[in-house]
Amino acid sequence: MIRFVKRFWRVLNSRSRHFTLGFLLSAGFVAGIIFWGGFNTAMELTNTETFCTGCHEMRENVFVELQGTIHFTNRSGVRAKCSDCHVPHNWTHKMARKIQASKEVWGKIFGTISTREKFVEKRLELAHREWARMKANNSLECRNCHEFEYMDFTRQSKRAADMHSTVLAKGEKTCIDCHKGIAHRLPDMAGVE
Amino acid sequence: MIRTLTLLIALSCIAAPAAAQKGGDAMRGPTAILDEAKPPELGNAENRDLRRKRSYPMQPPTIPHKIDNYQVDLNNNKCLSCHSRRRTEESQAPMVSVTHYMDRDGNFLAEISPRRYFCDACHVVQTEGKPLVENTFQDVDALLSKGRSAQKSGKKK
Repeated sequence: MIRFVKRFWRVLNSRSRHFTLGFLLSAGFVAGIIFWGGFNTAMELTNTETFCTGCHEMRENVFVELQGTIHFTNRSGVRAKCSDCHVPHNWTHKMARKIQASKEVWGKIFGTISTREKFVEKRLELAHREWARMKANNSLECRNCHEFEYMDFTRQSKRAADMHSTVLAKGEKTCIDCHKGIAHRLPDMAGVE
Repeated sequence: MIRTLTLLIALSCIAAPAAAQKGGDAMRGPTAILDEAKPPELGNAENRDLRRKRSYPMQPPTIPHKIDNYQVDLNNNKCLSCHSRRRTEESQAPMVSVTHYMDRDGNFLAEISPRRYFCDACHVVQTEGKPLVENTFQDVDALLSKGRSAQKSGKKK
């Protein structure tokens, strides 16, 4: 084994005898594009609705609940899919979130929420995690579409305008403080404010 | 006797479907049993946030805003996020009336009484829909003043 590694290292460490520097440079460049593109494409694939609803845990619980809400069914046909709210759009944060989400693979393997009962029991904990994330990033995923600067208060209902022009404008509250449970059913909210 | 009975049963068997065909069910209208009725258009709930007059003092006030997808179940009551006693300062929404904190014996409870928990059993949104039947409701004030003026004219005579 060690001998193999040594030999491999010797090859890597030797100078190129057959290829020109230019070829190596351009080949490296092209390979880089292919690998980088491929990596990001694969990453994008894990952001699709088909991927998310590939497991029954998502398809039969949270996805069903989403379908009746304004973010799925509405007059203008704009739809927010899972990753729009649950994965940051910016690359660095997306990577961090994806690495965190690898724990969900663990959960899938060991069936942490494999039945409806298990899911309902664990739901508050899962919801708390999402609320904390949204609270920490100032509801970034909401703001990717609902930008505060672009809101026209005159087009909002009176009570919405009252709230948005005061507590939201001052930064005392962020979207998720009031808009919990807009896309999924809420767990037992006793003690949660 | 038996003959008349069988005749009656036979007659009713023939007559019953005919009655149904004519639209015995007020909700179904004249649609035949095997046809599917075209549902009336859905109205958009009014969302003006303006309180409406109550038709009589005990009337549960109607909801002047949309309540689409408000979750009211064992886990959560979305209405109370604004209308509960603790939240009214923040939300400036009217507090649910004190009667909702009372049990059936008139004792005050700390929380909303379970029998008053499901808001939309009494409080409903309003749409611009046309009434299905004519409404002849008269405000009690109108009835009283009518009575008074009748009394007066009666006295004059």
